[in-house]
Amino acid sequence: MGLLSIFGIKSFAHGVHPPEHKDDTASRPIRRLPFASRFVIPLSQHFGAPAVPLVHVGQEVVRGEPIATADGFVSVPQHAPITGVVEAIQLMPSARGPKVPSIVLRAYDAASQHVLYGAPWDVEQLSPEQLIQGIQETGMVGLGGAGFPTHVKLQVPADWPIDTLVINGCECEPYLTADHRIMLEHTDQLLAGTRLAMRAVGAKRAVIGVEDNKLDAVEAIKRRIRVDDSITVEAVKTKYPQGSEKLLIKALLGREVPSGGFPFQVGVVVNNVGTLAELGTLLPKRQGLVERVVTVAGPGVAKPGNYLIPIGTPLRYILDHVGYSGDARRIILGGPMMGQTVASLDVPITKPVSGVIVLPERAKSGDSERIYPCIKCGACLDACPMHLNPSQLGQLAGKRRYEEMAAHFHLNDCFECGCCSYVCPSNIPLVQYFRIAKSINRERIS
Amino acid sequence: MPPSISPVELRTSPHVRTTQSVELIMRNVVYALLPISTWAIWQFGLSALALILTVTATCVATERFFNWMADRPSTLSDWSATITGLLLALTLPPGFPLWMAVVAGFVGIALGKALFGGLGFNVFNPALVGRAFVQAAFPVSITSWTPAFAPGRFTEFIPTTFTAPFTIPPDLGAWVKAAGVDGFTGATPLSLWKFDGVVTSSSDLFTGMSAGSAGETSALLILLCGAYLAVRKMMDWRIPAAVLGGAFATALAFWLWGGEHFPQPLFVLFSGGLMLGAVFMASDMVASPVTPLGIWIYGLFIGFITVIIRYFGGLPEGVMYAILLGNAVSPLIEQVTQPRIYGAKEAKK
Repeated sequence: MGLLSIFGIKSFAHGVHPPEHKDDTASRPIRRLPFASRFVIPLSQHFGAPAVPLVHVGQEVVRGEPIATADGFVSVPQHAPITGVVEAIQLMPSARGPKVPSIVLRAYDAASQHVLYGAPWDVEQLSPEQLIQGIQETGMVGLGGAGFPTHVKLQVPADWPIDTLVINGCECEPYLTADHRIMLEHTDQLLAGTRLAMRAVGAKRAVIGVEDNKLDAVEAIKRRIRVDDSITVEAVKTKYPQGSEKLLIKALLGREVPSGGFPFQVGVVVNNVGTLAELGTLLPKRQGLVERVVTVAGPGVAKPGNYLIPIGTPLRYILDHVGYSGDARRIILGGPMMGQTVASLDVPITKPVSGVIVLPERAKSGDSERIYPCIKCGACLDACPMHLNPSQLGQLAGKRRYEEMAAHFHLNDCFECGCCSYVCPSNIPLVQYFRIAKSINRERIS
Repeated sequence: MPPSISPVELRTSPHVRTTQSVELIMRNVVYALLPISTWAIWQFGLSALALILTVTATCVATERFFNWMADRPSTLSDWSATITGLLLALTLPPGFPLWMAVVAGFVGIALGKALFGGLGFNVFNPALVGRAFVQAAFPVSITSWTPAFAPGRFTEFIPTTFTAPFTIPPDLGAWVKAAGVDGFTGATPLSLWKFDGVVTSSSDLFTGMSAGSAGETSALLILLCGAYLAVRKMMDWRIPAAVLGGAFATALAFWLWGGEHFPQPLFVLFSGGLMLGAVFMASDMVASPVTPLGIWIYGLFIGFITVIIRYFGGLPEGVMYAILLGNAVSPLIEQVTQPRIYGAKEAKK
């Protein structure tokens, strides 16, 4: 904050301004995609232990029914996204590359696909502990891309009191507009989820941070806030990576999460707007997470938009449905700054996937591939939101001095936003080097 | 059925990038140096043209030669050798013998750049390495100045230009007299001040109506060209600001302390190579620190040293050695000015 707050709009220092490319989808209402005929539900779509299957091959399942149960506290159950039959429980392609244990479902064509499973309960009567347990039963994870189980996030160690719940409506990645549409269309559910989460963590107030390129969402939320709510909405500067929780806390509250620490250490818990909107819908009905809003966009997409897509829908089905042109070469799950490309179109939509972005071949998008030596222009230092020295880290990575990077140059504070690689005029794959360095350091320790 | 996606491209994020590239930055620095070179040619005539072409060609050829020696692909397309050539030429006296200019260009690239491993690895600004070498090797020629706007500058060369290699250049005194420029003493504004106590007016210095090295005479033009780069984010404006600020502050302090012994601060700012050095040489990305605090320290240090050398050193001009000294300490400055990271209690040493 500091100097920036003089200009009235809250933000953090550094960061970058990639072209937003949000116009194609921002004004299109969320629409439901027709159901695919075959679904792949990985047992692990979250951080933590994979879920344990509850069904066997050939068993019929109802949309919304739990088909795998949480394995311990840091784990979430999976629910059947459609009414159909279990075709197989086997290894299937995943976005990360290796095949992972998954439940394969075949949908019944004639089924109405209404969610029949679930028993509404009076959430107002629930204690914080019951709320946390109820949230785990919904199978909810961070829908902004993190995939961290929501109930674990809301279960703060007792000696750290939480005063503020921060709700992340920044959506700073280019192309993505799913959260924007959710804030506009699912405003009441968002606020309901916010109230539930505030009770679960015992926060006295909540602040919804929205980038100032979505002022219509700010207005929409303001109109629906009740008089007795201690919920506020704040516009923050449109800048990548404003949606990183540590930077959003800095922008909204002026607090810095200690290096290597967690937001609860400064009295804050952060949740994504999409997560809380789903929570506000599902928890009162005691239902499980079976679908989510996904932005499908990119120069190669014929019908870009925000689609309500059942978890487990294969990418091939989605892309066939929206149509894409021939030079689509990079299929990205998430946004173009932090998302990952997939090797196979058989990969399904999982809970943390906020977008499917289709880009042409890199060479065709005009990027020169040549890597020059570092000319020490300092652009990466001016971009790094954590105020690291990517230039120096990059030089050390080139010499494979990975431990020195962590010991003296704060490698582990890098959260891999990619700003350094984005700005580097020498095309040095800095953040890519840092990922390698971190994983090698992790292996050395273990 | 739409066409199938194959083969897909697998990459790690980020999947988008800015359009800024090394080649683009360097090419724009060349563009920014062209108006200054043109002014030098307008001011000093054919000799300046020959000098600029010779030095630039030497630098480019030397760079290519070392590429070939190292069995590496050509690095000429990054334009950095061209920049070194132009900058080096602009720091030399217009009548500098061409064979000496070849030596300067070769040494600049060979000792200043190729020896360290090429672009990105040089410790010192290559152009200044070249100039420092010829300053030591040819002390007379590098201080032989000729008048600006000599009447015959587009029809004849300055006699020293075509001195045969390894011979002593002819004395310029007779030629300068014959050229018919009244009152020309063969001295730059700085040496006029240092050795004769004559102060040239700041407005003449600002617009470039004085003698000096080929490209250092117009402070206004240099500032404009630098502003172009700064606006396009291809040069860090903080470095020239810090260098000029440091020089101004130092000069101001001396002037307030003993006004009659020292020139006005503005004279210090606009005379000699300070402007060219601050805008185009101290700001050499490779040889300057990258840390935000380090950039200011580095710039102020250069400004301070420049004035100290000018006032108390044996030479009238100190920018070159000040920048080289700044280059030398920049790794050290960087080491002690690592930025304070988000969430840290204090910056780690």
